[in-house]
Amino acid sequence: MGSLRQGTLTAVLRNVPILMFAGTFVVFGLLAPRFLEYQSLENIAKQASYIGIIAVGETVVLLTAGIDLSVGSNMYVSAVAAGLLMERFAISPLPALLVCLTVGLLFGLFNAFAVTRLHIIPFVVTLATQFAGRGLGWMLSKSRAVTFPQSVTGLGAAELLGIPVPVVIFAVVVLLAWVVLTRTTLGRQIYAVGHGLEAARKAGVDTRRVQATAYIICGVLASLGGFVSVAQLGNVNSGFGQMVEFQAIAAAVLGGASLFGGIGNVFPGTVLGALLIQMVWAGLVATRTDLYLQPLIAAAIIFLAVLLDSVRNTVLARLGRHNIRVEE
Amino acid sequence: MSEPILQFEHVSKSFFGAMALTDITLAVRPGMVLGLVGENGAGKSTLMNILGGVIASDEGQIRLEGRLYSADSPAEATRAGIAFIHQELNLFSHLSILDNLFIDGFPRIGRTPLIHRREAVRRAKEALAAVNLSISPRTRVDRLTPGQKQLVEIAKALHGGAQIIIFDEPTTSLTSRETERLFALIERLRREGRTILYISHVLADVLRLADEIAVLRDGKVVRTGPRAEFDIDAMIAAMVGRQIDQLHPIRRGKPADKVLMSVAGVTEPGIVKDISFDLHEGEILGLFGLMGSGRTELGRILFGLDPFRSGTIDMCGQPRRRRTARRSIAAGMAFVTEDRREEGLLMEASVTENMALVALPNCRRNRVPGSLDRLTLRRSVDEMIASLKIKCVNPRTAAVKSLSGGNQQKTVIGKWLLGRPTVCILDEPTRGIDVGARYEVYSIINDLADRGNGLLCISSELEELVGICDSLLVMSKGRICGRFRRDEFDKERILAAAFEGHLERGPRGSSGASN
Repeated sequence: MGSLRQGTLTAVLRNVPILMFAGTFVVFGLLAPRFLEYQSLENIAKQASYIGIIAVGETVVLLTAGIDLSVGSNMYVSAVAAGLLMERFAISPLPALLVCLTVGLLFGLFNAFAVTRLHIIPFVVTLATQFAGRGLGWMLSKSRAVTFPQSVTGLGAAELLGIPVPVVIFAVVVLLAWVVLTRTTLGRQIYAVGHGLEAARKAGVDTRRVQATAYIICGVLASLGGFVSVAQLGNVNSGFGQMVEFQAIAAAVLGGASLFGGIGNVFPGTVLGALLIQMVWAGLVATRTDLYLQPLIAAAIIFLAVLLDSVRNTVLARLGRHNIRVEE
Repeated sequence: MSEPILQFEHVSKSFFGAMALTDITLAVRPGMVLGLVGENGAGKSTLMNILGGVIASDEGQIRLEGRLYSADSPAEATRAGIAFIHQELNLFSHLSILDNLFIDGFPRIGRTPLIHRREAVRRAKEALAAVNLSISPRTRVDRLTPGQKQLVEIAKALHGGAQIIIFDEPTTSLTSRETERLFALIERLRREGRTILYISHVLADVLRLADEIAVLRDGKVVRTGPRAEFDIDAMIAAMVGRQIDQLHPIRRGKPADKVLMSVAGVTEPGIVKDISFDLHEGEILGLFGLMGSGRTELGRILFGLDPFRSGTIDMCGQPRRRRTARRSIAAGMAFVTEDRREEGLLMEASVTENMALVALPNCRRNRVPGSLDRLTLRRSVDEMIASLKIKCVNPRTAAVKSLSGGNQQKTVIGKWLLGRPTVCILDEPTRGIDVGARYEVYSIINDLADRGNGLLCISSELEELVGICDSLLVMSKGRICGRFRRDEFDKERILAAAFEGHLERGPRGSSGASN
């Protein structure tokens, strides 16, 4: 009897992200039926996709027990670079995308170099590149908005087999990340490094290469997310990408990723996290919540999710400890 | 006589000017077990770390099958066929056995980077079967017992094709049954022609397993020879460089009648049941039990780290409610944990900083709250270091992690003594420390009792409890199954009590791993 209750408790606690997701969905659905319309759900998915893409990269870095605070600036600079080239030299969208991803790659490479070769703490490295990236973007664009041509913004509204293109890109990214993390040696080594750097080194893992790869993946995905976002917005202003790092980290953590590394997953974890954040914003709009209250409510929901996660870890640890002996 | 597989030639290593190894020359023949003994700080670990590629030597060379060998990283040592089973196991607890076995390279599908899962599982099952562990390779490592984890680590070494396997204190956290199994496995590996380097403080085990024994002292090989030339006394004599005829100090004091701590009916479901005992002034009370008997858990409950459902714990006649570690310290309790690395010390901080932690609030300047009288603090720390004979170059700057195990343990004890406790709970006070340092720790315990403190010594080593305690409690499956006074000490009866309730099913620690 007691064990049944304990079993239920464990099951509930293990699935906190899914339950939070379902709960939020139902509550907003009841408060504002408009929220449940197809158009509104499609919008949530579309808007979640760019944050989601970036959050996938952030998850990979978090898994190695690192952190990347520069993703927002990264997406700004890479989008500015691509946009300026299109404005001045009228290059077509595909080369522009390649330029954008290359800038993201360089960002990731620099972070990786500073973390693995210069041994600077990831928090400090990426805080510095966050500032540097923003400054570089302002310098390139003279702080004015860069407008993207119709050929790119069309992509943001385009559909593939009835599914919006941003959502398709997001799905492909998630699938690839899932395969890499669960089905390749590199992926398992990413978890191992997050668990214990020294232990991984002793086990014969090239820890520097693994960490570096994580920052590079994160950098490339940040620029890809930026491109997807511009395709929806149409232009890049000087505040583009600001605070995105926090949304990305929040999405990963809401999905169950640990900031201490080694724990978390991209699917369903980070996907749910990204959707949850977007759903809260959309729900607050749909229920016509006071504009000034919206950030507070969104923060409260995120706080609640993270709190539940912490409670879960404590309780699961306690349940695990109880198992030293089965009481007759 | 066969050619040596492994030769150390004039290997030397120093750390910050202090010689850790001096001119080590040692040959190991293939297919034998070399027992490596020595006090902590004698250089055993340093020597093995050089062999395992963890650190580099300053001088000298190592030959592996006659060829020069040097490893810059543990991975390189693994490729050369040298595996190191560390004392603190190097497994990723949140990952599966499968992940742990193949973390440096999974089998892949053709030339793609994708993992060939079926192949990996098949090979993992083979590797586990080689160590007689019948358990699914997909099991997460944190669900395994310490014994099973060690088997996984050995499976990993064998699967990597290791010809030379280093065991560093492998039996510390094993039950007696798991230990027996490990020994059988080591015997089998030896018969298969693998070479084993076995480091342990349990000299009886070394004597039982080893074909040859090498004794290290102060970074030098002081004696090597076949097992037949050694007995335990000879090993100890070589380790300390003098004859030790007394392992424990003589217990002169007698417990008084005054009760310092009274425990009545303490119960926490699934952990401990109906624990009652009194701890008297000047008494050394031993608490003996097998792994999983609840001895450590009881210590944590008494100190207020873990909750309990019912029962009472009185300190000096005053019942105490809402227990926390802070309040326990204020009430005069001290708790030396079993794991000094994780729970007892700030490894990067200096000896002085560590020792000052508990006593900080007592060193206020002119009773101003929050102020710190550094002079008084420093003086009392220095006195403590002198009285406990903690050996260290400069206690203010030397990081605790640079000290030997014995000196680390004395630092933990000193930290608590500065708070002038009346009741000390010591969990495994001599774990992983050498014979000489043990004697000193026992003397400290003895002195404390003579000064009227009450001590509760939790240990899995019956030998030491019988040597130092006034009376003994035996725990099994969360209950107290036996109480013995010093004049009733009888190892067989004590062990029988500890195994009570285990006879039909065996110790829990080894269930599941059997085939």
